[in-house]
Amino acid sequence: MTTTTRSPLLSDAGHAVERHWRELAGRRRLYTIGGLLFMVLAMSGSLWFANESNAGKFFDRLPYFFDFAGQMVPRDGWEIWRALFDLSSPYDDGSLKYNYPDGRIYFTETLYLPEYFYKMLETINIALVSTLVGFGFGFVLCFLAASNLMTRRWLRFFVRRFMEVLRAFPEIVIAGFFLAILSLGAVPAIIAVSIHTIGALGKMFFEVVENTDMKAEEGLRAAGANWIERVWFAIVPQVMPNFLSYALLRLEINVRASTIIGAVGGGGIGEALRLSISRNHEAKTLAIILLLFCTVVAVDQLSAWLRGRLVGKQAFAFGRGA
Amino acid sequence: MTEAETNALVARHADVFNRPLTERLRGILIAAGISLYLVFAWWLFAIGQVVSGGNWEIAGAYLADWVSYEVRPNIDFEEGALTVSFPRFSPLGDDPKPDWLVTETAMVERRAAAGAGAAGQSGGAISGAGFLGALDDKAATKTEESFLGPVGGAAQALEPQVEAPATEPVVIRAEAVVRAEVSLGDGNHILIEPERVALTRDGETLVLDIERNVGVVAQGALPEWASQRAPGAKVIVRFGFAGRAEVEDDEVKVRRRFLGWENFVFDTRSPYWGKPASEVLRLVFLGERIEPGRSNLALAWDNILNNSEWQHGDVWLKLLQTIVMAFAGTVLASLLAFPLAFAAARNITPNRLANQVLKRIFDLLRSVDMLIWALFFTRAFGPGPLAGISAIFFTDTGTFGKLYSEALENIDDKQREGVRSVGASPASVQRFGVVPQVLPVFLSQSLYFWESNTRSATIIGAVGAGGIGLKLWEAMRTNQDWENVAYMVLLILIVVFVFDSISTALRHRLIGRQGG
Repeated sequence: MTTTTRSPLLSDAGHAVERHWRELAGRRRLYTIGGLLFMVLAMSGSLWFANESNAGKFFDRLPYFFDFAGQMVPRDGWEIWRALFDLSSPYDDGSLKYNYPDGRIYFTETLYLPEYFYKMLETINIALVSTLVGFGFGFVLCFLAASNLMTRRWLRFFVRRFMEVLRAFPEIVIAGFFLAILSLGAVPAIIAVSIHTIGALGKMFFEVVENTDMKAEEGLRAAGANWIERVWFAIVPQVMPNFLSYALLRLEINVRASTIIGAVGGGGIGEALRLSISRNHEAKTLAIILLLFCTVVAVDQLSAWLRGRLVGKQAFAFGRGA
Repeated sequence: MTEAETNALVARHADVFNRPLTERLRGILIAAGISLYLVFAWWLFAIGQVVSGGNWEIAGAYLADWVSYEVRPNIDFEEGALTVSFPRFSPLGDDPKPDWLVTETAMVERRAAAGAGAAGQSGGAISGAGFLGALDDKAATKTEESFLGPVGGAAQALEPQVEAPATEPVVIRAEAVVRAEVSLGDGNHILIEPERVALTRDGETLVLDIERNVGVVAQGALPEWASQRAPGAKVIVRFGFAGRAEVEDDEVKVRRRFLGWENFVFDTRSPYWGKPASEVLRLVFLGERIEPGRSNLALAWDNILNNSEWQHGDVWLKLLQTIVMAFAGTVLASLLAFPLAFAAARNITPNRLANQVLKRIFDLLRSVDMLIWALFFTRAFGPGPLAGISAIFFTDTGTFGKLYSEALENIDDKQREGVRSVGASPASVQRFGVVPQVLPVFLSQSLYFWESNTRSATIIGAVGAGGIGLKLWEAMRTNQDWENVAYMVLLILIVVFVFDSISTALRHRLIGRQGG
């Protein structure tokens, strides 16, 4: 680069670089501005549309927003505990609102399980059974979908598409369909969550399988092992920690999912929550929210701890699985 | 391999060949534990009982409804003649003359009192009863003096109706349907004559006689595709997918099933209904105006949107609501979580109190489930997408806050030091030292959740948070509109697939293929 005494001037080559850089920066800025403009337009359009098609308008409802929150405060703080542990309430007037002891599940004459704890356990069991079923089927399917183990393209393609459909199919439709056949209860929820779990875990699993070290498999192949032996002795020991970690992650998601499915008729705590919110039973609602919150936190912590032991730091890598 | 070699191998890897007992039994124990738990769950949820108590027969019909539709003609027995009628909102429109239902007419003699309505309807060669005619028939048999004339195509070929006094039976000769044949494909058919129904399936024929005061009586034993609860009661005959028939002592209810979604584009009220695509296109672009007030194109579009069976307009609107819920909720959550994450990351904001408080708030937002937020905001804003947006916004602010602050805590500090060393202001340090490192990760995570929220938005819609979830749920609750459910599921699958592709493509551009 040459300079003169009066002003720093660039050589021709320098000018070219300078011009090029400006062009690049300008284009980049244009893209950024264009992208932002697009986002702003899309957002305002979306919000306007959402507000227009909502039953209550945002700004009309806003002043009353905290009224509703105020309605959620029970008569006294102990009501929440009474609702949670099914103790009788001093305000009991025979209505559904204060009938806390009615839902007790008795083991013996005096020992009982409070209603909401029972419902919570039901929801957790739905999640647990679904995760186990999903794990079983996903485990079998993933080896058929992994490109390093399955050489038949058509089978791999078919299994992958099958899992994609299971994953993307709305759980609510499966639940609704089985609710129509089996009537209300937990079984439709189990079926719906399981089907989704098979697809979701299957996808995670086959990606893990595709990233395995194939040397062990080659060794077994050289020794004349058949396909099942190669998978069982070479691949499974490598992938099992990751599989379990994903299954635990899935368990967390399934606890939430089975709560939601419960709210639309699948039984468990979700149903109790929906009923108590819609009936304005504030103490019951808060009790359920408290219980749900503690459970979700406990399950998350337990699963995080187990995953940490299984696969170490990697367990906390990004990605909740869809 | 000789024995010595084997022994040498075992001796060399003693720890592999002689594992402790607990380790060897671990797999079996785990399997046994899981099996025991599954048995317990089977008992807890009474799965066997529920599954065996399920209404599985109806499941087949529901599943078939996804991709097919039924036409349900009724054939009534009227003193020596038949009346064919279709229910009011038949997918074939008013006054259908399907080619799978062939009727024969003949002159029949009958008493006026009972036959007045029926005689009035025996119109064309095919069962002439339009839906109004069918209703009239019922009215006419009950109140003898009020005779309502038939409508539409049924009006020709009528014998002049004598206004007979009800007290005195008058014999009328009129043309009426005496034989109806319903073809169910593959040679299966139902032949209906007054007092006698013959059903043929797979070459096997069942003849049912309608006997006065006795009911339906089968000639010979019932084949396995037919069933009767009690002697004389109605006989249900199944023809597999093609349909079924219920033979009662006064009528035969036929359900003929066809593959496909009926009247998907135009419903029976539309002037374009039943016309082939070429004709519709010609009408739309070249034809005379059907309604003087607006163009044919506008009319066609309006007819499609307001299709009474498929409700395209409403379904699309609700689908758009779901998309908007996921989009707006995710964007708002990202926007709020972005500054909060900087305050929550302990390497950016060296204030332990602020870090901890914010992180606990994130946990709270995340752990109070999306369902609870959805129910809560549905109460606050009323049903609709605002509730859904708010629910997604609250949950995902927590999720993004956690993910973003973790990403911030893992950044490379050298860039920040470099920017700081040249004397940049704190804001510039963040802007040029931190944001370029984390922005792709942030965007990638937001995109990932945008896509998964599209799925979640469907589900929380069902509890009242707006969007297609609620519509889907309503369609399922009636147990009649499974074809509408299939249509909406198809739309959802397409949307999820498209968004999945967009999000994956964008993420790969942002952080390369490893970013998963």
